[in-house]
Amino acid sequence: MMACLLEAPLRISVLSEVTATSRHYVDRLFDPDPQNVLQGVIDMKNAVIGNNKQKANLIVLGAVPRLLYLLQQSSSSLELRTECAVVLGSLAMGTENNIKSLVDCHIIPALLQGLLCSDLIFIEACLRCLRTVFISPVTPVQLLYTDPTVIPHLMSLLSRSRHTKEYITQIFAHCCKTPEHQTVLFNHSAIQNIAPLLISPSDKVRMQALKCFSVLAYENTQVSMTLVNVLVDGEQLSQVFVRMMQRDKPIEMQLTAAKCLTYMCRAGAIRTDDNCIILKTLPCLVRMCSKERLLEERVEGAETLAYLMEPDVELQRIASFTDHLVSMLADYFKYPSSVSAITDIKRLDHDLKHAHELRQAAFKLYASLGSNDEDIRKKITETENMMDRIVSGLSESSIKVRLAAVRCLHSLSRSVQQLRTSFHDHAVWKPLMKLLQNAPDEVLVMASSTLCNLLLEFSPSKEPILDSGVIELLCSLTQSDSPALRVNGIWALMNMAFQADQKVKVEIVRALGTEQLFRLLSDPDTNVLMKTLGLLRNLLSTRPHIDQIMSSHGKQIMQAVTLILEGEHSIEVKEQTLCILANIADGNTAKELIMTNDDMLQKIKYYMGHSNVKLQLAATFCISNLIWNEEDDSP
Amino acid sequence: MSGPSSGCGFLMSVVVHGDLALNEQEKDLNQRLRRLYPAVNEEETPLPRSWSPKDKFSYIGLSQNNLRVHYKGHGKTPKDAASVRATHPIPAACGVYYFEVKIISKGRDGYVKYMGIGLSAQGVNMNRLPGWDKHSYGYHGDDGHSFCSSGTGQPYGPTFTTGDVIGCCVNLINNTCFYTKNGHSLGIAFTDLPPNLYPTVGLQTPGEVVDANFGQHPFVFDIEDYMREWRTKIQAQIDRFPIGEREGEWQAMIQKMVASYLVHHSYCATAEVFAKSTDQAVHEELASIKNRQKIQKLVLSGRMGEAIETTQQLYPSLLELNPDLLFMLKVRQFIEMVNGTDSEVRCLGGRSPKSQDSYPGSPRLFNSPVHKVEMEVDHFSNGVSESSSNGFLNGSSTHGIDLEECDGDMVDSAQSKRQLCGGSQAAIERMIQFGRELQSMSEHLRRERGKNSANKKMLKDAFSLLAYSDPWISPVGYQLDSIRREPVCSTLNSAILETHNLPKQPPLALAVGQAAQCLSLMARTGSGSCAFASVDDYLH
Repeated sequence: MMACLLEAPLRISVLSEVTATSRHYVDRLFDPDPQNVLQGVIDMKNAVIGNNKQKANLIVLGAVPRLLYLLQQSSSSLELRTECAVVLGSLAMGTENNIKSLVDCHIIPALLQGLLCSDLIFIEACLRCLRTVFISPVTPVQLLYTDPTVIPHLMSLLSRSRHTKEYITQIFAHCCKTPEHQTVLFNHSAIQNIAPLLISPSDKVRMQALKCFSVLAYENTQVSMTLVNVLVDGEQLSQVFVRMMQRDKPIEMQLTAAKCLTYMCRAGAIRTDDNCIILKTLPCLVRMCSKERLLEERVEGAETLAYLMEPDVELQRIASFTDHLVSMLADYFKYPSSVSAITDIKRLDHDLKHAHELRQAAFKLYASLGSNDEDIRKKITETENMMDRIVSGLSESSIKVRLAAVRCLHSLSRSVQQLRTSFHDHAVWKPLMKLLQNAPDEVLVMASSTLCNLLLEFSPSKEPILDSGVIELLCSLTQSDSPALRVNGIWALMNMAFQADQKVKVEIVRALGTEQLFRLLSDPDTNVLMKTLGLLRNLLSTRPHIDQIMSSHGKQIMQAVTLILEGEHSIEVKEQTLCILANIADGNTAKELIMTNDDMLQKIKYYMGHSNVKLQLAATFCISNLIWNEEDDSP
Repeated sequence: MSGPSSGCGFLMSVVVHGDLALNEQEKDLNQRLRRLYPAVNEEETPLPRSWSPKDKFSYIGLSQNNLRVHYKGHGKTPKDAASVRATHPIPAACGVYYFEVKIISKGRDGYVKYMGIGLSAQGVNMNRLPGWDKHSYGYHGDDGHSFCSSGTGQPYGPTFTTGDVIGCCVNLINNTCFYTKNGHSLGIAFTDLPPNLYPTVGLQTPGEVVDANFGQHPFVFDIEDYMREWRTKIQAQIDRFPIGEREGEWQAMIQKMVASYLVHHSYCATAEVFAKSTDQAVHEELASIKNRQKIQKLVLSGRMGEAIETTQQLYPSLLELNPDLLFMLKVRQFIEMVNGTDSEVRCLGGRSPKSQDSYPGSPRLFNSPVHKVEMEVDHFSNGVSESSSNGFLNGSSTHGIDLEECDGDMVDSAQSKRQLCGGSQAAIERMIQFGRELQSMSEHLRRERGKNSANKKMLKDAFSLLAYSDPWISPVGYQLDSIRREPVCSTLNSAILETHNLPKQPPLALAVGQAAQCLSLMARTGSGSCAFASVDDYLH
């Protein structure tokens, strides 16, 4: 009891305001006559309803441990135990601090223990309180899984009454946050137990059951695959979800049902060309993005839609012309609106709170829409102020917005036309470079990947980026622990070296250093190896460049080539290496490094007789270059 | 001989099959249109069902029951454009209207595929594509642009071509229009649309063929889901209609209406309790209410003879002054005789015949739709047996009318048992005699008051019952249904109330009637929301 009293200094100030009446309520809990205790608890119940101050007072005065004690005592009457659970439930309805105090007093194991009682009314009171505690963001959800007998017991209580159904599904829906949680619930037959509740006559039960399925199916193939085969009253679950998306259903229900189908689709349990996706889920999610919906709904709608269509170009095409989605999203950037600032301070506050979320959701959806189709990308970039919005998004304070903006930019950067036009016009490389200086890995991956595209030979941004000292930055990326960043760094360098000036090439070699180059050639990630070979190949092009680089780094490069040709590598890697050799053979002086290397000539000969045609061709190309040069040299 | 005959048979069967298919399609169409647009009164505003062979440019050819459109002009310049309108404009009472057009062929190669789908007002030039002129709107397949009364289009949706199904939806509540392509909504294309637009399609390329679906087939787009959304919106608007400060007034008014309704229909016990608990005065004496109740009870249980007699006793001059009313009551009496329920024939019956329908005596005000109104009021009398001691015995035995038979009626279910006049020879003779009296009364009335076609028809229909061996399953058998007692009962009740200078219709019924009238007025003046505010929806 004392532990609860002493921990926070904040409580002391409250303590000074504690009234005598509050103290009286607590005192009565200690009355020797059980009848008086019961009446005391009932009076306390009536006193705390809707009175947050009274709740705080009682907590400070130590009512909670006593109530829990009474609740747990088997000598207490069932009525008393039930009333205790009700009062605790009421206390939990107050502020987050109340919840914290309750959790600190170990209310959760006490209430879970209470569920073992046979009396339904008592069980319902315990569940109601547990529900209130668990849906609070301050309660660690892990507490539900500590005792392995809890979940199966909750499953067995599920069908007892309308209230047990509602409270238990609500607890599950809030406490299923990780793949492990999903697995625990799945293994205890959550699907079979909850599915029938989807057609419950109670709106609340239906809604909570639906929410359970959305959290269970999220990125979970096992659950999703099981869901498609579930029948509810003879009807397929997907059809039940489709019915819940009807336009006269509550928006929350439509949105959650659309999420369920989206997750099932992404897990491969429903095909993307299934009517329930193409004609129902997709349009439902587009509707959720409309101006008529609440800001929260618009955020969730856009994020879910982005996720649904990410891998499927046909869905992207349909969404791109559904209900003016592309221009509808432009509205996501208009918060807080100038109107709200003037008319209503509450509204302004609300808008401000959601503005970041709206922007990042819109960027995500644009990124998803534009990831494959050139026409859609054009449509997006032509949306009002689109490029300006991305540019300012790249430097927003919210990391979520920055990440989404760079994802969007990355998606659009796959368009040759956009690279040539809007990207250059809006100098997107500037904020992008700034973003690369200092950002968490996930942003860096996207940003560097975008940079790769901006460094493509035909991109007019390539020149200004080169002048901005990007080489050092990229070289440092190649030293990252993240394979994705190493790939992007070396890839960007490879693109940069393609048909580049001697000066640039020398600078790349200098900045990277041969040591790092060789380290990358032995990188465990094949992608990194391939791009490094690509870089070497781009560096070793045009005769003067080849001779120049080989004269300074010939020895190490020949060593590396030997090493790779002798090592266990894929055909693609070996082919790329032979191509490098062919480039070396194209040099005037560089070719001598091969001609004087008997071992290397043997290797080329070996690959000319290799069973793989690609390797044969590459080796032949080498020989041809070796011969050609000689003829060319002789006057 | 087998050759030609089988050939002929084959031909016949094809024709018959074609007809059947056509009828089937017609039936589908009617069903679908009724379901989609229940608020439309087609006698006033018929729905479009096909393209109009009269309202089209000469380059347009129609086939397949005027549903298929093909282009037969040169298609060289915009001067060769040609359009066709549907037979009727879109009624506002649709609320939301929808049709689809399938592109069967995009036309001959080497031409730009000009093709427009949309709406136009009557009188707009048909030598044009929809959208180019004032009061004309279109979505064009070649560029995907929308044309809003202008020769220049706005970027709107994707292009469309052979195999695509383009839908056009007119929202008559907010006067907007959106299109669909293969079941996907493309978003609002036009706003501020004028009323009375016709579905219109325009072509300009040789070989272009399109088929319309005005409801003949299921639509590709889920229009019913869209309608559900608007129904919900309108109903939420009604539910949330602000009454502001006047809440108390509203409650008092509603209580008054309920009380007067109860009194009107002589639910005297209920009316008494209701008036007491809501602190209201009842403007009719209790005895008077009970008298009316007694009469209604008799009419509704089919005992017309007694009903007439009681009326004459309690309201001596009423029927004398209303010979048409008396005639109507007597015709009903005749029908009840055929039914075997009228008291005169009952006494003659060898057994105690029962009316074939139970009617524990709840008068109904209107025809079927209003049943629901009473459900709540009704349960005081319905099903509660006389043994109940709480006195809520509306229309039951408190005033000495013996209703044992009525109770017994509950068990008399066998239709096979029903016989003319309950099966008694004496009763049949009495019925025939009564018929003769009725005939002479009719002649007398005609002499005195001139021709009355309603009376004539009433009598003819009643007598027609005798032309069938089993009147109950005959085409005129509906008269025997106990539900037909309701209008008689209500007319008589109204007449009695009128003699007391009381309204012949209760205010509640007036309000319901007024609401219905208001909705049909909305339909006429182009307010589409009337489609989703049916009075019936609120009477349960």
